[in-house]
Parts: sequence; C-alpha cells; structure tokens
Amino acid sequence: MLEVKDLHVCVEGSEILKGLSLTILPGEVHAIMGPNGAGKSTLSAVIAGKDGYEVTSGTITFEGRDVLDMEIEERAQAGLLMGFQYPVEIPGVKNIYLLKAALNAQRAARGEGEMPAPEFMKLVKEKLAYMKMDPSFLQRAVNEGFSGGEKKRNEILQMLILEPKLAMLDEIDSGLDIDAMKIVAEGVNSLRQADRAILMVTHYQRLLDYITPDKVHVLVDGRIVKSGDKNLALELESRGYEWVVEESAA
Amino acid sequence: MATEEMEQLVRREYTQGFVTDIESDTVPPGLDESVIAFISQKKGEPQWMLDWRLEAYHQWLKMTSPSWAHLSYPPIDYQAISYYSAPKKPEDRPQSLDEVDPKLLETYEKLGIPLHERAALAGVAVDAVFDSVSVTTTFKDKLAEAGVIFCSISEAIRDYPELVRQYLGSVVPQGDNYFAALNSAVFTDGSFVYVPEGVTCPMELSTYFRINAANTGQFERTLIVCDKRSQVSYLEGCTAPQRDENQLHAAVVELVALEDAYIKYSTVQNWYPGDEDGKGGIYNFVTKRADCRGDRSKVSWTQVETGSAITWKYPSCMLRGKDSVGEFYSVAVTNGRQQADTGTKMIHIGANTKSTIVSKGIAAGRSDQAYRGLVKIGPRARGARNFTQCDSLLIGDRCGAHTFPYQEIGNSTATVEHEATTSKIGEDQLFYCRQRGISEEDAVNMIVNGFCKDVFQELPMEFAVEAEALLNVTLEGAVG
Repeated sequence: MLEVKDLHVCVEGSEILKGLSLTILPGEVHAIMGPNGAGKSTLSAVIAGKDGYEVTSGTITFEGRDVLDMEIEERAQAGLLMGFQYPVEIPGVKNIYLLKAALNAQRAARGEGEMPAPEFMKLVKEKLAYMKMDPSFLQRAVNEGFSGGEKKRNEILQMLILEPKLAMLDEIDSGLDIDAMKIVAEGVNSLRQADRAILMVTHYQRLLDYITPDKVHVLVDGRIVKSGDKNLALELESRGYEWVVEESAA
Repeated sequence: MATEEMEQLVRREYTQGFVTDIESDTVPPGLDESVIAFISQKKGEPQWMLDWRLEAYHQWLKMTSPSWAHLSYPPIDYQAISYYSAPKKPEDRPQSLDEVDPKLLETYEKLGIPLHERAALAGVAVDAVFDSVSVTTTFKDKLAEAGVIFCSISEAIRDYPELVRQYLGSVVPQGDNYFAALNSAVFTDGSFVYVPEGVTCPMELSTYFRINAANTGQFERTLIVCDKRSQVSYLEGCTAPQRDENQLHAAVVELVALEDAYIKYSTVQNWYPGDEDGKGGIYNFVTKRADCRGDRSKVSWTQVETGSAITWKYPSCMLRGKDSVGEFYSVAVTNGRQQADTGTKMIHIGANTKSTIVSKGIAAGRSDQAYRGLVKIGPRARGARNFTQCDSLLIGDRCGAHTFPYQEIGNSTATVEHEATTSKIGEDQLFYCRQRGISEEDAVNMIVNGFCKDVFQELPMEFAVEAEALLNVTLEGAVG
C-alpha cells in the first residue's frame, strides 16, 4: 500500500531523514517509535506534503502512485490522511462546515456527488456519539478553544467520517489524560479493517497498550534501525532507547 | 407672479451670459460656474437648486483635498474631468460581447450572472437587454399604492421640490468635506426615496432597477427620508464588476430617520479595481451619513466593499434622537494593488443612544487597507453605549491592514467597548484544510467567509449569497 524507499529529507539545509525505508500493507498497524529528534514527525509530514521539507532522494509510492508528485489535497483525496499533533484553530469556520467541505471534496475527487444533507448529519451524529462528543461541537469553530483532549478526539472524528486508506497519527496521545486516551484509542481501533492501514508515530509505549500494533519500528537519527512486533515496544518501555542506539552504531 | 416663474426668468437671464452650447450633450473638461449652470439647466432645475450648487462650488474652491487618509494616489486634475455627458451613444459602445474584455466575462460567468444581464453590465449596446419594463411597472404600481416615492434625484427636484429642498444637504451640508462639496456642485444622478408616516415599504428598494435604465453618474446623490414610524430596506450596487469611463467617483448619500423610523442601507460595491498594476481603476470617494433625527429611530449600514482602486468611505450615524440606534457592519476586501480607507463615525448626541460597529477587513496581494472609526459621545448623551469590533485578516505577507480607532467621550455615563484583532491566514491553516482534501482556493474561501459571517448575516438573504460568491472571485489567486 505504502512504500517508502531510501528516503532522504532536509529541513533548512540539515538532513533529518537519512535513507528511511518502510513498507506498509493493507490492514496493518505500524508504530514508529524513537527518541526525540529522530525524525518521527518528519516522516508523516513529508508523506502528507507539508511545506519546508525537501526530499533530496528516495521515493514514496502509495497504491502505485508517486506521492511526491501529488498536491497536498490530492494525497488526502487518495486516502492519505494525517491526524495532527497540534491541530490548528480556524476561527469563524464551523466544525460541521469543515467536515462537510472535506467529505464532499473527497467524494468529488472520486467522481461522486455531494452526500445528501440528511445522510451526512446521520453519519456525523453517529460518529460523534462514538467519540463521546457533544453535538454542540459541530457548531463551534474548528479547534477554537478546544482543550487538548477535544482537539485529538476531533482529529479521530474526522478520520471516522473521511475514512482514509492510510491514517497517519502523529503523537495522537500527547497531552491526553487516561480517559481521553481510551476514547481516542477506541476510535483508532474502530478504524482498523482489512483494507485500511494505520501509521502511528509515538514517543511512548502507553498508547500501544490500547492499540496493539502489528509492526513496531525504531527510528534513530533518520533511519529505521530496528523493527519487530508489539514485544519490541514493551522492550523499549523497560530498557529505553539507549541499547537500540548502541546496537545500531555497532 | 409666482415665485417659481420669477426664478425661471432670473435663471434664463443668468444662463444667457454663458458660452456653453446648450444643444451639446457634453461639456468640455473643466469646472466653473458656467458648467454648473449648464448641468442645472440640462436637468431643468429651479433657481434655488442652481444657487445651492453654486454655493457648494464656492465653498469647494476654498477647500483642499484631504490628505489624512492612509492612501496614496497622484493628484487629481479636476479641470481635466468633464462634468456632464449624456449616456454614450449606442454606436460608441461595444457592439457585442465579443468586443468585451474576456476576463470580465469570465467573472460574470463565475458569479452566475444571467447571460442577458452580462451584456448590459459590460456596457454593450443592445436594444431592450432587459425585459425590465414590465418588472419596473409592477414595481412602481406597488410602491405608489403604499405612497412610497422612489425616483431619480433629478425627477424629485422637479416633482417634489419641497421635500428635496427641506432635506437635501441637511445631513451632509454642501461644505462638509472636499468631495461632498464637489458632489453638491455637480451631481447629475442618484436616487430619492420618501417613505411616508407609518408606512413599511412593501419591497426592498434596489438601485439595480435604475442603474440598468441609465448609466450611473460619476457624482451620485442619494437622499432617503423615512417619516415617523416608517421603514425601508435599500440595496445599492450590484455584485457584478462594473466598468466606468470615469475614474473619479464622489457620491453623497444622505439618510434621514424621523421618530421610530428604521432605514436599512446595504451596499455591495464592486467597481473596477484596475489591472494587475492598479491602472485604470476607479477612485471611490464617498460621503455617506445618516441622521437619526427622531427618538427611537434606527439606521443600519451594511457594506461589502470589494472593488475600486481606491476606496475612501465612512458611512456614519448622527444619533440625535433619544434611544436612537446606529449600526455599521462592513466587509472590505482588497487584493492586487487596491487601497481602502474605510470605517464609520457614530456621533452620540441624544440620551441612551446605542451604536454597534462590526468591521472585517481582508487584505491580500499587495493591497493596503485601513479601518478608521470615530465614536463620539456628547455631553447630553447620557447612558450612551457603543460596541466596536474590528478584525483584520491578512493573506500573504505583502499586504497591510491598519486600524485607527478614535474615541471622544464627553460624559461619564457612557459605555464604550472596543475589540480588535489582526490575524493571518496561516500556512498551517491552509495545510490543515488541504490535508483534509480541500483545495487551496476553497480553503481560503472557507476561512474568509467564516471570518465575514457576522457581517454577511446582516445582509438581505439574496445579497448575502451573492456577496459570498463575490468574495471568492475577488480573492482568486490571492494565495500561491
């Protein structure tokens, strides 16, 4: 589904990713872990197409398409959606309006017409309830005045409605208390299905107690230095990152 | 001998001394007494009107063009302007849409303007472009039934001289400011509305009906009088970009609201802003003022300003009557090389007067705009209240937005609140929206329309929908 090959990325002249390769198959949940500054967030930002990241070599393909050749919105329309670590506030734009615009933009890209309003409202209300969010959320401006937990829940709500093929979640657990994390994790788990993949970037193991990954990768200094299953995450939890760094240097 | 006949005699003698050829449809460029007399005669005006114009002219001669606005433009040569010209002859106008700037037509397309209206807006010489004759007739019948007078200012001077004489210049005196003085001397067109006591005007009045009948004047003069307990909603302008040969526009609008009267005045201004370098755009210097003369009267100004190379405009309210209310809702959008200095003045004179100001400025491209607002509370305006909210949104980093709020509070019982914000459409906001699959242009539109929502909801329904589309077209290409 997603194939990243020997990816080198520079930010403001310094190389952050130094030959990263990663293959994600449909239905898989991948977790990328690693110490601060290893380049974890850079990976999802580059896949999403954020400005300021220069790909100096390597390729990213998604379902056979060259991702680096696509506009930001085309990537989203193709099913590559990112859950932000720090979702931005958009004053004056109601949540419901953003959801509707996004859903219809994606439908239009697939050659489908706009979703009829009653059907849309039914869908939104169902997902809201699932995320334990009050309907008044819809009338509030996008992320404006939202608490950290509300913002993250809102990110997952968007995923549930937009149904991406590959959901990339960037530190979706940061700033969440345990109750909020359970709700978010439940939302993510409900996204799991055979034709959808999830890529999680996280610093801590605790999220993985709730969302069990199929693959865990350790990113150190711009490269994946170790991959394993969920047990690797547990090992990292008890032993820290130091041993992996040393192992990779050896 | 009736006074009127006397006046006519006097005027005849007066005009005889002038050299201007009355048969001609256009006066040569330049402004002097003879030109003013020519205009007055062409319009068949009574002597008092001519005197009034000349008085304005003499005041204008002593004035200088204001320089305090945050605008820059080369000095205007007032002697190079022709102050009267009959509507263009059909043979001088484009003969078909093929001769019209394709960019303009593209814009009409985007705004969803019906085909038959496009030709009229682009100034194409077509016979009976509109089947508006029947529309206008039913419309006039309905108004007449209600007793509402709605006609051109020239007709009003002829047909309702007492009303005009009583109210003209009573809100914006001839010598009020440089552009108002010029307008008072040379105005050639505009609208007049009188709503009699106790009458609620049965429909929204729109200049649209009139503009398509004759070209808009360069110096428009509008006078709206709402008698006791009457109401009217007036729509000015049109969302379609309008071209005009005349670069300088200096309109005056006067509103008079007597006891318990309510005037709602909505404007969508979309004059030609000039080419990419700002060349050829309209200079729009407007004086708009309302006099809430009666107790409990109310005037609400709503404006959407997207056009013109230069906009200089401050729709204001003089809140004289006790418990009178003034409102100002404004969206000003500048793109390319446009400049706008706009805002309002709320002058609280009577007790318990209330005013609300909501101003939204959006600057994109290399444009520059300023909000300039005065809230003045007089010594007798006990318990007066004002709320001002003034927000600016910047798109890109080559534009500018400035806020100049002035407050003069003359008594301690007043409550004045002012809120101001300046924000930028951030790269982060755009990235967020695009990462949800929304195109960059749609994302900008969504953010801008969200920003303007408070004002758009004050517009009459139809206008609000058009205004949204207009904003989108105006900001096209503002990003990236």
